[in-house]
Amino acid sequence: MTQHLKVDAPDHESRLDQMAQGVLGEPVSRSEGQHKITGGATYAADAGAEGMAYGVLVQASVSAGRVTEIGEVPGVLAVIHDPRMLRRAAQGMSTEGPDAGPQQVDFMGQSVALVVAESLEVAQAAAHALQVRYEARQVPVMPDAVDPEVPEDKQSATGDLDAAMRDAAFRVDQVWHTPSQAAAAMEPHAAVAQWAGDCVTIRAGLQMLGFCREQMADALGIDVGQVRLLAPYVGGGFGSKLGINAEAVAAAIASRQLGRPVKVVMSRPQVFDLAHRRSETTQRLRLACDSNGVLSGVGHEALVSNLPGSEFSEPVTQATPFTYDAANRQIVHKIARIHRSCAGSVRAPGEAVGVTVFECALDELAEAAGIDPVELRLRNIPEMEPGTGRPFSSHKLAEALREGAERFGWADRVAPRARLEGEWYIGMGVASAVRVNSLVESRARVTLTPQGRAIVETDMTDIGTGTYTILGQIAAETLGLDLAGVDVKLGDTDFPRASGSGGSFGAASSGTSVYLACAEIRDKIADMMGCAEAGLTLQDGTARCGNIVRRLDDIIRTPLVGDGHLEPGKTEDSVRQATWGSHWAEVAVNRWTGETRVRRMLGVFACGRVLNHKTARSQCLGGMTFGIGMALTEAMEHDPRDGHMVTRDLAEYHIPCHADVPHIEVHFLTERDAYVGPLQAKGLGELGICGAGAAVLNAIHNACGVRVRNLPATPDKIIAELEI
Amino acid sequence: MQISLDINGSLRDVYLDPRTTLLDALRSHLGLTGTKKGCDHGQCGACTVLLDGRRVNACLTLACMAQGAKVTTIEGLGSSDALSPLQAQFLNHDGFQCGFCTPGQICSATAMLEELAAGWPSHASTDLEGPFPLSHAEIAERMSGNLCRCAAYSNIVDAIQNAAKDGDAK
Repeated sequence: MTQHLKVDAPDHESRLDQMAQGVLGEPVSRSEGQHKITGGATYAADAGAEGMAYGVLVQASVSAGRVTEIGEVPGVLAVIHDPRMLRRAAQGMSTEGPDAGPQQVDFMGQSVALVVAESLEVAQAAAHALQVRYEARQVPVMPDAVDPEVPEDKQSATGDLDAAMRDAAFRVDQVWHTPSQAAAAMEPHAAVAQWAGDCVTIRAGLQMLGFCREQMADALGIDVGQVRLLAPYVGGGFGSKLGINAEAVAAAIASRQLGRPVKVVMSRPQVFDLAHRRSETTQRLRLACDSNGVLSGVGHEALVSNLPGSEFSEPVTQATPFTYDAANRQIVHKIARIHRSCAGSVRAPGEAVGVTVFECALDELAEAAGIDPVELRLRNIPEMEPGTGRPFSSHKLAEALREGAERFGWADRVAPRARLEGEWYIGMGVASAVRVNSLVESRARVTLTPQGRAIVETDMTDIGTGTYTILGQIAAETLGLDLAGVDVKLGDTDFPRASGSGGSFGAASSGTSVYLACAEIRDKIADMMGCAEAGLTLQDGTARCGNIVRRLDDIIRTPLVGDGHLEPGKTEDSVRQATWGSHWAEVAVNRWTGETRVRRMLGVFACGRVLNHKTARSQCLGGMTFGIGMALTEAMEHDPRDGHMVTRDLAEYHIPCHADVPHIEVHFLTERDAYVGPLQAKGLGELGICGAGAAVLNAIHNACGVRVRNLPATPDKIIAELEI
Repeated sequence: MQISLDINGSLRDVYLDPRTTLLDALRSHLGLTGTKKGCDHGQCGACTVLLDGRRVNACLTLACMAQGAKVTTIEGLGSSDALSPLQAQFLNHDGFQCGFCTPGQICSATAMLEELAAGWPSHASTDLEGPFPLSHAEIAERMSGNLCRCAAYSNIVDAIQNAAKDGDAK
């Protein structure tokens, strides 16, 4: 039997709050942490194998065209240029292999061949030496060099925005630019492939194993059952490992051809070229309000880019339709088809850049209207979803703003250039945080052994998200066990298929499947105890019904197995689901150099039930720090002549380092969202980035009076506008 | 070439391509995969190990250059049943998420605390003489060679401050 749930109705029962163990939500340390701090955690590239050969990818040196000749290079096992090799990574949740055939080149830096040798050193040298000839063709690489696509289903308008702008008491009409941005997970993409007969096992850094397995089978032209993927540890993803990429397919092809295990690890520059980038965006914001700061018009236009034929386009305006009220609205979405590297999902696709720019525009409107930015936001929070009239599953924005203002000391904020400490202008900024919420089908199996231990099995991944720990906490809470009495096994496609890690849906989706599996076991225990499940209390390895108390290891003779299966249902459409929060930043801007230092930051978030306050907080720290990078330092620069990525290593693409990040505070609002099922928990991995950069940029303006609309706000851009 | 390396207190003989970095020697030839390759360019710090107690990027060090030195990797700092104070505090304070940069962070912090104790100033120091406070600014400055995209920075500083206190208490 499988405990199946399709979330068609809200679950107000709060069953988990009636459990007795008291471990869920607690800030316990990561259960796999011991392995990570002692060097024992095995990431993809850590796998060894007898007879391993090493492959190095070779990249295209033209922007587009056709490979006409692959040279020879001595001392190697093979130079592979196979039509099944990928030209781009699979998009997240695709069920097919992505575009293949490396004889065609779509962008400079694309993978065109794999060199395999007995040692890494020989393979690297040979890959550098390999001569590849091309028939190149001229292609556009700049977003403004082409007439963009304007897909009909991505445009919308209500009312008359032009009239609203004309009649407004106050208005903003400005254009922002955000550059291409990289996920830049610390673990480079890596794969080790080994065949046994017609079946291949691939150990790789991947976020969503179920989808990746389908993509891999399709890419290799074999059945899904012939592919086993292993990813027990993933060194960060942030979207860049949602789907399969060139290294894993190439390793599988090479391993088959050579009859031995093959390891392919991307170099750091290859990761920048071959992992999906977040598209650069050009965003025009038009905001109109009356004399009280009540919005009458909202217009959000976005121009993004991607390769011809790629189905992904950065959903910049995703949260715009429902975050604030306004009678007159317009959404415009344009896609420039150009030959830069493939664009795809990077942490919070859409809101990461869309909410950030929107919240900067709102700050400008508040300034124009002479209304406090917090107050302006509070005056425009809708009761129901604008446009559709649907209720919100929950709407905690107002609470997050009020709570944050109090905690951050917002009342101490002064006018721009009014606070100078030494040579530093000090300022504060605020932004709302919002991210859409969803569930994805997920399965898990839980086994309760006669010894009273629980084993959780699912092909879910823990990419730093705390999944090992929270799934253990859910099982421990539901089955009344100490957390140490639960073994969580992840990252193996031999286990039941989970949602995978992505889109902030992993914890709620896989967590609910574990809860359902445990619920099935609870039913079985209740049967053994001769009572109804509702009257069963499980705690510290004992079962209690009324005045009957039995130890689990006394009553369980054979392993009890529960299978949980979650599917999203009608609550996906019956309500608007989102997570909410507020960002607060205090910055110092140097009056002579334009350098910005972030002095403190606060995030207040509501994400339904918090499953582990320690790991949840860390998720938010990570997102907020991405926001610091977006605001101040991160930019993938493309050569305007050939589109190639210029800033393709960690010395050129500046992710925040220790010294860039102050002590960050995170506060969670207490919330249970019934519309996402019995767990009542929503996603959190991305909320922290949505709007964080705007708080920093707005703080820069409050500090020194400069608005930077061409991100990131590097010193040169600030100093150019600074009044001495 | 045949070389001999003193790693975590034991002498290991290994035959290597002369181009082999200390990082690749550890990972591919000596089975010590705790040290991570994040960039292979000396930019991220994930490969930080100790060479005679000083922190170095193993990716920028040829294996043959490490002959005669004592190499300490994450595996040599502590084990699950005997964690170093830093390892224990990284766990307590959630000083990591994905864990990939963590061995480098811990090795780096281990040597960094020694540098502080030895009176080495940093860019964040207000004078050159010391002693230097274990402030957020000092630690963040001195740890900036170790990138963490999950951004556990705030927690890592907490972990280091508390580990230093643990060390003082002993």
